[in-house]
Amino acid sequence: MSQSSFLDLRHIRKDFGTFTALKDISLDIGKGEFVCFLGPSGCGKTTLLRIIAGLEVQTAGQLTQDGRDISLLPPALRDYGIVFQSYALFPNLNVSDNVAYGLVNRKTPRSQIKQRVTELLKLVGLPGSEGKFPGQLSGGQQQRIALARALATAPSLLLLDEPLSALDALERIRLRQEIRALQQKLGVTTIMVTHDQEEALSVADRIVVMNHGVIEQIGTPLDIYREPASAFVADFVGKINILPARISQGELRFGSMRLASEGADRDVRVYLRPEDVLARPIAPGDPHVFDACIDKIEFLGSYCHVHVASPALDGNRLMVYLSLNFLSEQSLQVGSTITLKLVPERIKVF
Amino acid sequence: MSAVLPRSPVARPVKLKQHWVDRLAHVFLALIALVLIAFLAAPLLSILLQALQGQEGQFVWFDNFVSYAKTPALLGSLWNSVWVSCAVTALVLPLAFAFAYALTRSCMPFKALFRGITLIPLLAPSLLSAISLIYWFGNQGALKGLMQDFGIAQIYGAPGIVLAECLAVFPHTLMILVTALSLSDARLYEAADAMGTTMLRKFFTITLPGAKYGLISAALVTFTLVMTDFGVPKVIGGNFNVLATDVFKLVIGQQDFSRGAVVAILLLTPAVLTFAVDHFVNRRQTAMLTARAVPYAPKAAPVYDQLMTLYCGIIAALMLAMLGMAVFASFASFWPYNLTPSWRHYQLGLLDAEVGVAFFNSLTMAGGTALFGTLLVFCGAYLLEKTKGVEQLHSLVRLLAVVPMAVPGLVLGLGYIFFFNAPANPLGFLYHSLTLLTLCTIVHFYTTGHLTAVTALKALDGEFEAVSASLKVPFYKTFWRVTLPVCAPALIDMARYFFINAMTTISAVVFLYSPETKVASIAILNLDEAGEMGAAAAMAVLIAMSSTVATLVFMLLAWWTSKRTQAWRGR
Repeated sequence: MSQSSFLDLRHIRKDFGTFTALKDISLDIGKGEFVCFLGPSGCGKTTLLRIIAGLEVQTAGQLTQDGRDISLLPPALRDYGIVFQSYALFPNLNVSDNVAYGLVNRKTPRSQIKQRVTELLKLVGLPGSEGKFPGQLSGGQQQRIALARALATAPSLLLLDEPLSALDALERIRLRQEIRALQQKLGVTTIMVTHDQEEALSVADRIVVMNHGVIEQIGTPLDIYREPASAFVADFVGKINILPARISQGELRFGSMRLASEGADRDVRVYLRPEDVLARPIAPGDPHVFDACIDKIEFLGSYCHVHVASPALDGNRLMVYLSLNFLSEQSLQVGSTITLKLVPERIKVF
Repeated sequence: MSAVLPRSPVARPVKLKQHWVDRLAHVFLALIALVLIAFLAAPLLSILLQALQGQEGQFVWFDNFVSYAKTPALLGSLWNSVWVSCAVTALVLPLAFAFAYALTRSCMPFKALFRGITLIPLLAPSLLSAISLIYWFGNQGALKGLMQDFGIAQIYGAPGIVLAECLAVFPHTLMILVTALSLSDARLYEAADAMGTTMLRKFFTITLPGAKYGLISAALVTFTLVMTDFGVPKVIGGNFNVLATDVFKLVIGQQDFSRGAVVAILLLTPAVLTFAVDHFVNRRQTAMLTARAVPYAPKAAPVYDQLMTLYCGIIAALMLAMLGMAVFASFASFWPYNLTPSWRHYQLGLLDAEVGVAFFNSLTMAGGTALFGTLLVFCGAYLLEKTKGVEQLHSLVRLLAVVPMAVPGLVLGLGYIFFFNAPANPLGFLYHSLTLLTLCTIVHFYTTGHLTAVTALKALDGEFEAVSASLKVPFYKTFWRVTLPVCAPALIDMARYFFINAMTTISAVVFLYSPETKVASIAILNLDEAGEMGAAAAMAVLIAMSSTVATLVFMLLAWWTSKRTQAWRGR
């Protein structure tokens, strides 16, 4: 780890009755890092966040924050700010009182509180909204206020529990970039729980992919996308084609393709991203080239999802990305034949 | 990143250290649990014990039940209670259903007015309708001849009880049915229309099945209310004995506590059954209506709307006739011979019979119930819903909070006698005190207040407490700054409910008063027993008036608080 460890989770386990929500989670988070917990619903990511916040109690395991053992501390004695999907803004208090909620309790002088609130509202891009009530603001604006409230006491750790899920698509993209910029500006260590892989890929320094209460992989967004550690990660993050294959006598065989491979003979599956199947340039004599017939074209604007089937792949279907311009240049349509090429070094086998 | 290490050995359950603030919450909840145990669970248990004990306190198994079953007079009361309750249920259910149907499924005018008029019986003790019926149909009643033309010899006894109870329970039945009929999905009717379904078929295939659970619930509640009501049969029952009057006679008249306890258990049975069925039904009902349902909006249909208006007008006229006769009679100098208005009965009641003191006691008790009841119930609901901690304590309080719904007032009052009158009880000093009357009334009406509070609290974001903890704000500050102000309307609603019910309740407190702590509703019973019908009517009218004034005051209070604390609701 390049950064110094800030939050250290050791062997965290959580049982709800007979159901085990988290199995032996160990994780190190560096100071100033933006980490996303990514996974399908029910994978335990929110439970893990709530354990870090002290809102749930781990069945076993240890948490250390900034050198301090926080495993047994109640929420009020830990140091973090938290933002929930539901915003949880106090409806009867105006924006200013909401943001200042944690400051008032610290006996900060009134003038200083006012100054801090002004500063925070400017930070989240809503200057001048002090007197409004949460009900008068849009969802995105409310979430910005919740963010300002969580940051008001300058916590060393910011926890975000699906903060963008309740917002519409455009607002979500805008706010996630704002959160990222804000986090970098303040340098506050941040953990965000999300089930949206695009969100995680676009903002995180590191992503923790979870499934069924275990960590499947920890890595940078690029690592996670390009070098998935398991079939689950490959399938969950980004789009991918999955083809049946077999390793036999040091060769990976699927359809008419033959690629060098190691390991004992067994049935496997080939994972291939759509962007790793190319339509050009195609060099003559390339062994990874094959012809395919276009089955279906899903029009998405500047590019299309093109579903093809090929005898070279035993008739299995494959989805590739082709630009609209390319399709019209080559006058390709459903039923046309197209020559494609695999990028063998990008193929993952599980 | 470290490699995954071998699993750590299975540790004992981890418990967070507790902040002293959280301990405070546990202490408060434990206190509430203690109050409910002392003033609800213990009295109920002592009834059970009493029923299994002989006159000398020895354990006799079910001998008391056997000797009860061998007493023909008492068995007759059981039969009377059952058939009268059935008759009232059979009469009120269709009447209230039609009324509720008119309110929710027609475009008749004056809906709010009709609804308001049907609430009149709630403002006075149930015996007001009995007193009024005596003036209409009693020995010197205005319409006695008309009644006898219908073949009813006299109003005292079963006919009077049935009629008076019909009027008294109507608002309760109506409320449940209106709720049930409001939960309807307009799209079901649109789909039926699209398929060309007849009105009658729509009624039997959509409306009735939709209101099925409401009907079951309303029937059971009506039955139980009639079965356990004490005021009406006491006033108009004559020689017609029912279980509720039997309990009183056995315990107060004959001091036969054991058999009194047996009757109390008989009264408890239908109430517990109702509660269990209602609980089950409520769970079904909520599941039936999805969040996406479109509420039904009735369309104007002149003939049908006029018919409905006529029907509701008749019912409303009956209600008004009930109240009106009581008011009229309370002012009549000497019914039926001299009808000139005078303050004679009010004077007699308030001054000579010292109902003035009782009236003041009533106001004190109602005020105390409204204040402390709301406080206790809301704090209890808050600690249950919004704090975490000792699981067993939470389950215990959750259970105790809903038990009062299943306990008729008579049974609760009887339990109080057995428990607080016991010589060994250190709380015995409370017996006969206004404090005990207030506590008894709070416990008696605990569940409705509790459910109101829980509904209001559930509407709040569940993460407020988590956010507060992360900001290092103790829970009681958030309770004061956010929870209380946001729930202010519900609090006022609870206080009003407690106040009105404390003003009009008879059943629980009839066992617990002393001459110094007599309340107005009891004073009416005593006046009636003494043959002072006019004064009794006057006092009942006075209670109805003060309940009305209280309702108006609470409405004003609600308006004032909502201006102060609910500004954020408006856009």
